[in-house]
Formats: sequence, C-alpha cells, structure tokens
Amino acid sequence: MSFATALPSDLYAIEQEILGYARDAGLDFPEVRFLMLDYNQINQVAAYDGFPSRYPHWRFGMEYERLRKSYAWGLHRIYEMVINTDPCYAYLLASNLIIDQKLVMAHVYGHADFFKNNLWFAHTNRRMLDDTANHATRIRRYIDKVGLEEVETFVDRCLSLENLIDVHGPGILRQPSRTDGPVNEDEHPGRLPSEKGYMDAYINPPEYLESLRQKQKQEQSKEKKFPINPQRDVLLFLLDYAPLTPWQQDVLSIIRDEAYYFAPQRQTKIMNEGWATYWHSRIMTRQALQPSELIDYADHHSGTVATSPGRLNPYKLGVELFRHIEDRWNRGAFGPEYEDCQDQRMRANWDRQTGLGLEKIFEVRRIYNDVGFIDEFLTPEFAEEQKLFTFRYNEHGDHYEIASRQFVEIKRQLLFQLTNFGEPLIEVTDGNYQNRGELYLVHHWETIDLRVDWAQATLENLQALWSRPVHLETTLADKGIALLSFDGKQHTSRLLQKAAG
Amino acid sequence: MSNIEQDTSRYRQIVRGKIKQNLRRYMTDGQLIGRQGKDLVRIPVPQVDLPHFTFGKSGSGGVGQGPGQPGDILGQAQPDQGDGEGQAGEAPGQHLLEAEISIDELVQMLAEELELPRIQPKGKKNIQSDTTRYTDIRRVGPESLRHFKRTYREALKRQLMTGEYNPQRPVIVPVREDRRYRSYETKPVPDSNAVIVYMMDVSGSMGEREKRLVRITAFWIDAWLKSNYRNVHRRYIVHDAAAAEVDEETFFHLHQSGGTKISSALQLCQQLLQTHYSPNDWNIYLFQFSDGDNFASDNDRALEIMEEALLPAANLYCYGQVDQRHYSDSFYDVLADLRDIENLVMTRIPNDDAIYDAIKVFLGKGK
Repeated sequence: MSFATALPSDLYAIEQEILGYARDAGLDFPEVRFLMLDYNQINQVAAYDGFPSRYPHWRFGMEYERLRKSYAWGLHRIYEMVINTDPCYAYLLASNLIIDQKLVMAHVYGHADFFKNNLWFAHTNRRMLDDTANHATRIRRYIDKVGLEEVETFVDRCLSLENLIDVHGPGILRQPSRTDGPVNEDEHPGRLPSEKGYMDAYINPPEYLESLRQKQKQEQSKEKKFPINPQRDVLLFLLDYAPLTPWQQDVLSIIRDEAYYFAPQRQTKIMNEGWATYWHSRIMTRQALQPSELIDYADHHSGTVATSPGRLNPYKLGVELFRHIEDRWNRGAFGPEYEDCQDQRMRANWDRQTGLGLEKIFEVRRIYNDVGFIDEFLTPEFAEEQKLFTFRYNEHGDHYEIASRQFVEIKRQLLFQLTNFGEPLIEVTDGNYQNRGELYLVHHWETIDLRVDWAQATLENLQALWSRPVHLETTLADKGIALLSFDGKQHTSRLLQKAAG
Repeated sequence: MSNIEQDTSRYRQIVRGKIKQNLRRYMTDGQLIGRQGKDLVRIPVPQVDLPHFTFGKSGSGGVGQGPGQPGDILGQAQPDQGDGEGQAGEAPGQHLLEAEISIDELVQMLAEELELPRIQPKGKKNIQSDTTRYTDIRRVGPESLRHFKRTYREALKRQLMTGEYNPQRPVIVPVREDRRYRSYETKPVPDSNAVIVYMMDVSGSMGEREKRLVRITAFWIDAWLKSNYRNVHRRYIVHDAAAAEVDEETFFHLHQSGGTKISSALQLCQQLLQTHYSPNDWNIYLFQFSDGDNFASDNDRALEIMEEALLPAANLYCYGQVDQRHYSDSFYDVLADLRDIENLVMTRIPNDDAIYDAIKVFLGKGK
C-alpha cells in the first residue's frame, strides 16, 4: 500500500520481541507484515474490510462515513486489523501508545496462527490482496463500458443475494445440479438379442421389459427435474443458468468469490477473536509487559473484553471458553467418568493432573468452527459462571428483555444464531417451475418467520437476474406455508397450506 | 479524489435522493424548526441498506451476558449481533443512518420537488440594475474574444460534412463563417428587499396543534424566501380581539384567549407597511393564519382593509386556515368573494400532510 509507512525502529524492535514470544509459545503463522496507518487511513481500510482497494461501491462509503463519525465522536477506535493472506498484513494505528502496539501485535499473531491452521480457512484464497485489486479493476472497466448506474444497480442486486451461498461448499462435494452425458434413449431397455423369433418371449419376457421401460421413464422424468438436487449455492446456480451478459456474469462471480472468502471469518468470529485474545493476554502478562505499562494494559484489555447486556462480545465469550477448555483438560475434567458424575462439588474440585489443556486448545483451534465450538464445549457451569442469558424482543413494550437463564435455552439460541450465520436457509429446488423457466426457492423454516418486506425486495433483485418470475416458498407462523412470487411487475402471495389450528 | 471518497460521495448522492423522496415526512419534523440556513441538521434516513433474506423482528433475540432476572428490560441498547472490528462493547449499535444536511439544501430540494418557480420580484426599474456576464456565444465579435474551441469545432463539423476532412492529415482550417466569439448577456440583479409579515390568530380556539401547523408552514416559507432574497425583514403580528406586534419567539409560543377580530391584525399590518415598508421599494409578502372563526360583524371591516390597502401593496397575500373542522361562514368563505384577485392565495391546512401542499399553493405563483 502506497500510503502506509513501515515500522519505525523502536516498534521494529518490539515486533521482533513479540514475534519471538509468539513462536516460542508454539504459534504457527506465515510472515506477518505490520503497516502503520493514521486514523483516517485505518478507517478507510476498515471500510474496505481490511483491503487497500475494493471495487467502487457506495456501501464502502457508507461504512467509511460511519467509522469516521464514530471515531470523531470517540465512540470507537480501531486498534488493529489483520487480513487472511500470505504473507499476513496487519495494520497498526499510528496514534496508539507503544503498549497498545505490543498488545495488538500479540493479538495479530494469534489471528495469523488461526488463519493458517483452522480447517475452515483451508480453502480460502491467500492471495486475496491481489484479487480484490483485480476485482476493482474489472468492475471499473465495466463501469467505463456500460455506465455507473447500470453496474451499480447490478452490484446492488448481487449483494442483496450475497448470503445465498453454501458455506460448506468449498469443503465437500455436493450433488451436481444437472447430470452430464447423454440421456439413455434406448427404446427397448434391457432387451437381449434373440436369434430365433419363437424364443423371444422367453428370452425377453414382456412384463420384465415393461417394468424396465417404466423404470427408465421414471429416471428420465427425474432427470428432467432441474436442478436434480436442491442447490444451496444459489449464486452458482445463477452463474450457471441465469441469462446474464458476460460482464454481469463476471461481476456476479466476483461478488460470489468475495462472499466465500469472507465466510470463514464469519463462521469463526468467536473462536478467532477468543484465540487472539487468549494469546495477547498470555504473551503480555507472562512476558512482554513492563511494570510501568500495567495500568494501560489492564485498561485496554478490559475494554476489549467488556460486556454489555444486549450484545454478546465475541472476544469475551471466545477467550473465556478457551480458558475453560484449557482448565478442564488440565484437570482431566472430561470423558465418561466426569460426564456421569452428578456430584457438583466433586465436579468442581475434579483434578486428575492430566495437564492436557494447552494441547487441547491447539486442537480445538484447528478443527472447530463457532457452531462446533459452542456445541461441544459450552457447559452449564460455564454458562452460569459467565452469566449468560437469552433475550427476546417484546412486541408490546417495543424493547428487548431477558428471556431465560436456562442452559438449554442459551445453547439453543446461541447455536441458532451461529448456524448459517443466523440467516435463513434457502435453496433452489426448481429452475423450471411449471415448465415455464420460473425459479422456485424454498426456505427451510425453523420456527422463525422471514422479514417479508425485505424478502419481497430481495425477490425483485433475484427476478432481475433470472428474468423469469421467481417464487419463494416459506412458512408464516400464523398463516401456514406461503408462496411469495414476483413476476417482474407485481408481487403475489398465496397460501399453499394453511397453518394447523 | 481517492477511491473511498468517490464511494463516499456516491453514497451521499444516494442519501440525498432518499431524502428527496421522503421530503414530505421530514418537513413536518418539528426538530428542524428554528434552524438557520447553514445549520446542519441530522435527519434519519430510511434504509439505504441492501435487502436480503433475513429473519423478521419476532425472531430477533439473542444471547447476552451480565446480571439481571428474566423479564428485565435491557436498557435502551439495541442488541446487535453484527460485529465491528475493534473494541467490542463500545461499537455503535445498529446502523441507524443519519444524514447531515443543511437547511439550505433541504429548501433547495423542496423547491425542486414542489417545482417552485424562481421568485419574480416586482419590476422596479429604479432599483434594478443590470450586470453583464460573458456567457454568450455570437458569430460576430472582436478577434480578441474569439472562442478558439468553438471555432475549431465549427470548422471540423463543416469539413466533415463537405468531405474535406482527411483523417490521415487532419488539418482544420477555419473560415469566416466558422468563427465564434464570446459575448455578454445582460442579467438583471433581482431586487433583494423583501418583508414578510406573519399574522396569526391566537384566540382561544387556536390550540397547540393549530400553532404547530402554522409554525412548520411559516418555517419553510421563511426558509424559501430567505434563499431567494438576500435581505428579508420579518415582522410578526398576533391578534385575538386586539392585535400587537411581537418578536419571533413570542409569536410561536404565545398563549392567549379571547375573541377574534381579524381586522385588528390587518389594520396593524397596514400601519406597519405605511410607516416602514413602502410598496415601491419593498417586495411584500403577507401571511395570515387563522382557524377562520372570526366575529361575523368584523368580516366587512377586514375585507375592506384587505381590498383597499393590503392587496394592492403586497406581492402576495396568503391566507392559511388551520381548521380541523371547517366552520361554516369561516373567514375562508368570506374571502371567497375576492378569489379573482391574482395576488391572493388561500388554502386550508387541516393536518400535517397539508403543509406540503399549502407551501406549493402559497409559493407556486412565484410572485
């Protein structure tokens, strides 16, 4: 980046010192390059999600305005930013105290280790820095060619569908949307050659042939179904089958690539921040901290892990859960014997001197994402110790209120909001609905309704890409299964099935 | 301009567009009242967000951390599952967008939306002066004012048409007819003196609601006229059965009760104009607001003053009747006789929605 400056010598010395501590602690990360930015530059980079350049779009401007204002009003301050690339780039805010820079460096090494080792990042593009710049160039070129308004409108539409990706897609092989190869059009499937006509009825019994024919017919009708299997990667489906011009296709593929790049970061927010916080805290308090820096460190660290009632702090939850795991595996508080023990006091004082804590948390950071992390390691003891609760929206009072402190509820709610990023699960089930080339999506309803006005607005965007009418099957708790449709001119909705009662 | 600034200015453009669409709503926002032209005001912008498939509000709940019993209200903090970089817990909550915009800009948008004409000041040759600006192009003129680019363009066009142009050897030779010269245009400097007299009925029947309507309407009229005249005098008259001139503050906050004699205010207004604002030197705008419930015996007198003194002097006489229910024989009906007089404008403002239209009616004439 042209405007960033390299580290001054005093910070360079600190960098080397912290780097040593991090390597000694067993963290494993690619080269990390620190750059100094002033607050304006850091807000700019933050608005671009950590990258020095992105394609032109107003939403980055919106984010920049927001960051700039809240910085000016003293509402927040970005301490650190790091991007998942190789080498890893991290930004330091020039106006920070030396102690902050130390803390940030230790924190950044935690992130860099996580990016490199966590399985969910295995498929991310480590040369994204180049790619975002290329994306920007390509989209600028299209703007020059077809005009700002048109490209912007199209980008808006793509972004509105951005969350319709298959987060697990890069890691597993899904069923294809369409079978390749010629369809078996044999008129008499399974007929064996019979040289002598009178033997034919015996060699090829008509009933058997008929059953084979039926079977083939069935399979053919299944193949006519398109896509054969429901597709979660709606963006890919659109890329493959929507009538897009070449530039539109390219823009959509850019949006999709970037969505996939950022997805693991959203999948591991709690773990990633928890892990980085765990390491900055450990490195600072055990090695890097000078006595004179203690107060500033304590102040800033506590700011990072501060909690507020209506908001779950991923730094706090993550670091506490990692410490909780470390403690349990140090004491041997796991396994069937521990799980079966009902005596609270015995559980609390359980100590088998196993000392496996550090090993365990390294394993956890490698193979889990947030959903698994919470599912596997959130315990009733932890929930109580951390004073976790669930809250809900109270329609009568138009406010949020504490709903429950039941462990089961807390875990259910947490998992719910982490699964698929707390967004509805939507799939394409039919790309040729009613044999009229209409697109049919299904929302897998799990007790919570969609926001209907937004769903309709999103359908409009989808329709603009697909160009034929689009449908979304969803469930409305008080009405039943409904089909929201948009044909390019007007919205319709009808009930497919009335709600019971 | 750096990329982020381009994005930001594009974003602002979009916000401006949104504001314009929802102008009607913002106009009745009482918070804006009393701000000055250069003042930045913050107004909430609806949804510049990109829609996506998401859960409705009934599904918005989450997990929090801290003390409290089930049923406790979670402060005013907007729960936010979104995350920002940096210090959690201090990050701002939901992205509630507020746009900063100056009153002047709002007035400008208002004018564009309402298609308000530029105000035509009274023609007074003795005050009006002409200035000249070199913005015109002519075919004749001194060589020193020759417009090289235009001349070149004309020559190029001619050569292309006649086929003289050779792309291999693109030599353009202008002839006499191609030449273009800068020239001046005469522009009248509008007479910039204007006085606005607001007259408001503060009798017992004018409640808080009615005053609010008057206040908002007056604010936008004021803002509009100020943006058209450099130098606007404002005078405020309140009346019940008797009239008095007051300052702005009092005008909007005075509580009074009593009968209603509209003629009292008109008479005071007439005196004011006579002593300070000669119609020959001033553009005079008169705005009268009432609920229309005048003493029947007073109507003739009021009409007489209007016809003889006020209407001939004023550029515009606007009467706004802020009545929820229409009284029969209201002042509005009384004025109906004068409807043909060109510089009299009347409208009724029964509720907030009508303010927008009232302003259009009042200022739409461009007098």
